[in-house]
Amino acid sequence: MPSDYLPILIMLIVIVGFAAAGLIVSGLVGPRKPTPAKLAPYESGMSPIGSARQRFSIRYYLVAVLFILFDIEIIFFYPWAVLFRDLGWFGLIEMGVFTLTLLVGFVYIWKKGGFEWD
Amino acid sequence: MFLDPLLLNIIITLIKTIVMIAALLGAFAYLTLVERWVVARIQSRIGPNRVGPRGLLQPIADAIKMIFKEDFAPAQADKIVYTIAPGIAIGTALLAWAVIPLGPPLMIGDLRIDLQIADINIAVLYLLAIGSLGIYGIVLGGWGSNNKYSLLGALRSTAQLVSYEIPLGLALVGVLMISGTLSLRQMVEQQAGVWNVVWQPLGFIIYFICSVAETNRLPFDLPEAETELVAGYHTEYSSLKFAFFYMSEYVNILTVSAIASCVFLGGYQGPLGIAPGPHWLILKIALIIFVFMWMRGTLPRFRYDQLMNLGWKVLFPLSLANIFVTAVVLLVIGK
Repeated sequence: MPSDYLPILIMLIVIVGFAAAGLIVSGLVGPRKPTPAKLAPYESGMSPIGSARQRFSIRYYLVAVLFILFDIEIIFFYPWAVLFRDLGWFGLIEMGVFTLTLLVGFVYIWKKGGFEWD
Repeated sequence: MFLDPLLLNIIITLIKTIVMIAALLGAFAYLTLVERWVVARIQSRIGPNRVGPRGLLQPIADAIKMIFKEDFAPAQADKIVYTIAPGIAIGTALLAWAVIPLGPPLMIGDLRIDLQIADINIAVLYLLAIGSLGIYGIVLGGWGSNNKYSLLGALRSTAQLVSYEIPLGLALVGVLMISGTLSLRQMVEQQAGVWNVVWQPLGFIIYFICSVAETNRLPFDLPEAETELVAGYHTEYSSLKFAFFYMSEYVNILTVSAIASCVFLGGYQGPLGIAPGPHWLILKIALIIFVFMWMRGTLPRFRYDQLMNLGWKVLFPLSLANIFVTAVVLLVIGK
């Protein structure tokens, strides 16, 4: 029922209030003595070299794509798991076929070296 | 009743929410102290013992210091993103506690008070969703600071969190098949006799390993490996903004321990059918967190490739195998 979610909405409002208050208070009560050196990005005491926003390893994108693939699979597992008792052997075989097709992709990624970090 | 039931409901929820948040902040403050004690003992040190009796006022001193620190933003930072990131981190961490059942319902006269803010029927899914949202705090914090360490820490963190979320989600499926519900309260009530960990030992172990990785704790603390990345995604943060990140980390540890207790260890149910109560849940959470601290004091950090290997090549196939073995066993014994 939608009314079950009303307490979560109330909690959300309280939390947003708390977080906003904290962020505002921290800006108000502390001292404020900015110097150019203080405002420079921290690079272990060296002068910063270039911008931080450079290109980074393709591996991170790959992990993100893999995550989307496999996370959707988990979402398929949840309703199946809840209704598992009613579905019986038929449900198991159906999920087995689904998982096998997925495992083909998983083995392919593995053999292609998609999980290797070097 | 003089009050409209809806209004009464809202007032009760408001009180419960405020008490819950206060309790979590208190728990966070004292967890930092306990952690320092435990790690100190493991390393044959004494730990904090100067502020107040046995160092008991240390968290309060830390909090006051934190509030009155200078709150600056790096000149090249993306100011808006930089500012809201800690808010997102602490907000999502606290919001997860809306669905954790703390104890059996209380009766005051004929008024029933659930020791849970919202008893929704998809609590497990809700927790996974909120847990994923927590990543935004880290990513935006790392991106917004415009610092190389922060960005690298945030990237590592994201890759790690999303990789371990998959076995974490799958580890819970075994329990869902046994209990047939996504509601945490029903799940806990079903465990009045035997806890789920008895039927799902492998699921529990996989869940525990993944939850350590999800909270960026040793041996999975690569996102903030201090020898390489200074402090990871919160390198450029100070004052209460830093405190919010710190807080969200500890609240997340409390959350994953609470989920482990509710799903696998019977939540507020006592062992061997002893009367249920919130004290059991607190005891179980405390025990799990002690193991977290113990691991931090004992284990060295993983290398990044080992981390990814463990997540994708070991835990993922293992959790899938766990589901299918559970399924076959359930059907054969016809439970």
